[in-house]
Amino acid sequence: MKYIDEFRDGRLAQHLGERIAAEVQPAHHYRLMEFCGGHTHAIARYGVIDLLPANVRMIHGPGCPVCVLPIGRVDMAIELALEHGVILCTYGDTLRVPASAEMSLMKAKARGGDIRMVYSAADALDLARRHPERQVVFFAIGFETTTPPTALVLRQAAREALPNFSVMCNHVLTPPAIRAILDGAAAEETAEIEGFVGPAHVSIVIGSDPYARFAREYRKPVVIAGFEPLDVLQAILMLVRQINEGRAEVENEFTRAVTPQGNPAAQAVMAEVFTLRDSFEWRGLGSVPRSALRIRDEYAHFDAEQRFHLGYRSVPDHKACECGAILRGVKEPRDCRIFGTVCTPENPVGSCMVSSEGSCAAYYSYGRFRDLPVVAA
Amino acid sequence: MKKAYVRPLDIRRGQVDLGHGAGGKASAQLIEELFLPALDNPFLRAGDDAAVLPFGMPRALSSTTAEAPAGDLVTACDGHVVSPIFFPGGDLGCLAVHGTVNDVAMLGAWPLYLTASFILEEGFALADLQRIVQSMGHAAREAGVPVVAGDTKVVERGKGDGVFISTCGIGWRPAGLRIDGRQARVGDAILLSGPIGDHGVAVLSTRESLAFETTLESDTAALHTLVQAMLAVAADGIHVLRDPTRGGLATTLNEIARQSAVGMRIREAAIPVRPEVEAACELLGLDPLYVANEGKLIAICAADVADGVLAAMRAHPLGREAAHIGWVIEDAHRFVQMDTRFSGRRVVDWLSGEQLPRIC
Repeated sequence: MKYIDEFRDGRLAQHLGERIAAEVQPAHHYRLMEFCGGHTHAIARYGVIDLLPANVRMIHGPGCPVCVLPIGRVDMAIELALEHGVILCTYGDTLRVPASAEMSLMKAKARGGDIRMVYSAADALDLARRHPERQVVFFAIGFETTTPPTALVLRQAAREALPNFSVMCNHVLTPPAIRAILDGAAAEETAEIEGFVGPAHVSIVIGSDPYARFAREYRKPVVIAGFEPLDVLQAILMLVRQINEGRAEVENEFTRAVTPQGNPAAQAVMAEVFTLRDSFEWRGLGSVPRSALRIRDEYAHFDAEQRFHLGYRSVPDHKACECGAILRGVKEPRDCRIFGTVCTPENPVGSCMVSSEGSCAAYYSYGRFRDLPVVAA
Repeated sequence: MKKAYVRPLDIRRGQVDLGHGAGGKASAQLIEELFLPALDNPFLRAGDDAAVLPFGMPRALSSTTAEAPAGDLVTACDGHVVSPIFFPGGDLGCLAVHGTVNDVAMLGAWPLYLTASFILEEGFALADLQRIVQSMGHAAREAGVPVVAGDTKVVERGKGDGVFISTCGIGWRPAGLRIDGRQARVGDAILLSGPIGDHGVAVLSTRESLAFETTLESDTAALHTLVQAMLAVAADGIHVLRDPTRGGLATTLNEIARQSAVGMRIREAAIPVRPEVEAACELLGLDPLYVANEGKLIAICAADVADGVLAAMRAHPLGREAAHIGWVIEDAHRFVQMDTRFSGRRVVDWLSGEQLPRIC
């Protein structure tokens, strides 16, 4: 674990914090968005905020896979498990995302749904091989990070002509979401952001080039950063410098993993299996054109939405829930009426309270004491 | 900060889910809102993992005024349902012994007897059953706590998961000792007997869907001799003992903070975690603070005896890597806070539901 500890060194962190404090212009308020939930989690878990000057504000972006999953898609998964009797496989956090009628996949499991948590898409494929008598559906969620593994199992299932395996695809794309935030800001629907801490794992797949237009057209600096807390601090320092100098460029802090072009093999298999959806509903951002993937017609046989004739029904969020505004960066968790009262990690009303990458859960689990008077140690 | 509010259990429509068994907030809520109201008595209400019972002949039966022995009975029971049944460093059998022995020992008592009840599923291999029971016998002899009564039931195939074991333990505690979850006081030191997360990661490493190779073994062990060694140096200064099993160190500290109405401040850098555990947790998206242990204890003791107790722990084979991880502080919110290795600060909350890996 040596290689990880280096990126969590407290002394280096102090030093970086001091650098940032020395370089910020005191009268300027820096509004930076970390797009990814992985960054939100690192910021909360390691207490990164404590190292930043008061005029650098981090706004948590929508890059949390379970947070942006709309209720209607979870309802479809529950329908698959309870009405079609399939073995439904999905990644951990997804189990607790609130659906309609106070349901969730976890509760559907308690009602007899055969719902299994898997660590990889390949585990779902393996289940299908071992249970030829059952239909196995992989409920695929996530950004470009988790998309290539889903593409690979779809291709493998096709090669093996597995009759009992299919995928319900909910994969979404990062650049259209950033664009939606920037366009929304013009209409005052989203927060005004000065610069982005760019995705880590997503950028390993897509590369740093796709962010160039945000720097060019929107004049917003982007610094791609790894998920370790020192990465985040370094990226913040680089953003502060760009803003101070009036630059808007794509910079790469995460050079140990991210290249300009990304991973061509991963991109190729994604392109082979998936194509753009015309539109996809995001929790918080609403319908965003060309922002998600669907399974290509050549693989339609393995598309659970077609195999089980599933229809999508958009379901509005709980009336008091501010997840949408929080995902757009215009509100903070503490601005929500039900934060920490009705809505807690045990009983999440909105999806931002589900995953520790969600801003509400991260804030609730790691940062609640910030509203309280400091107690002597 | 708004007032903490917990949405009540939905008894009419709700169902048991796995979160209710994970040892976190959902488990606590199930106990408080469903079990406690139905079975309420001062022993249960104490909220510890074992109960201290007044000891002596019931008055109705006693004809003489014989002097009562100076001490109390302590009893605990525990159900064991680990999957897989056999894991590196242990199995369901020794776990069933250690778990209950430890619950009794954590009130400062010396465990005396165990009973065991087996629920077996039709079709379960006798060879596996023998292996489990032999391991139980070995653990009981090693701990010096015999299994003195038992029961066996068999359920139809499909109505059980191989084998479930429930054990009940009885121990004796000398009079005058006050060790339980309500005794933590502001200014007390928080000690931990060794590295966390070994058991949980060892079990995970053999789960079918996850098998990864590790040399790591479960830390399952009976802790009563360690407790005695600690009591020998500071019987009065030790206020709370508890083994951080399900829900891990984080949840156990939160339980104690709530029971004692105090806050806690711990230092991440002081908490021992083996590199193998840290690596596995990193890979699986888990936090070692929430991973189960079966052979570790937390001791909360007066500051003036902390060094002595720590030295006694380190002198015992089960406490060699013991560490002083933090202090009990005043906090009306009963938060457990942690100074991170990164020089930041954060809340260490209860486990909510089961610990699920993140996706990104």
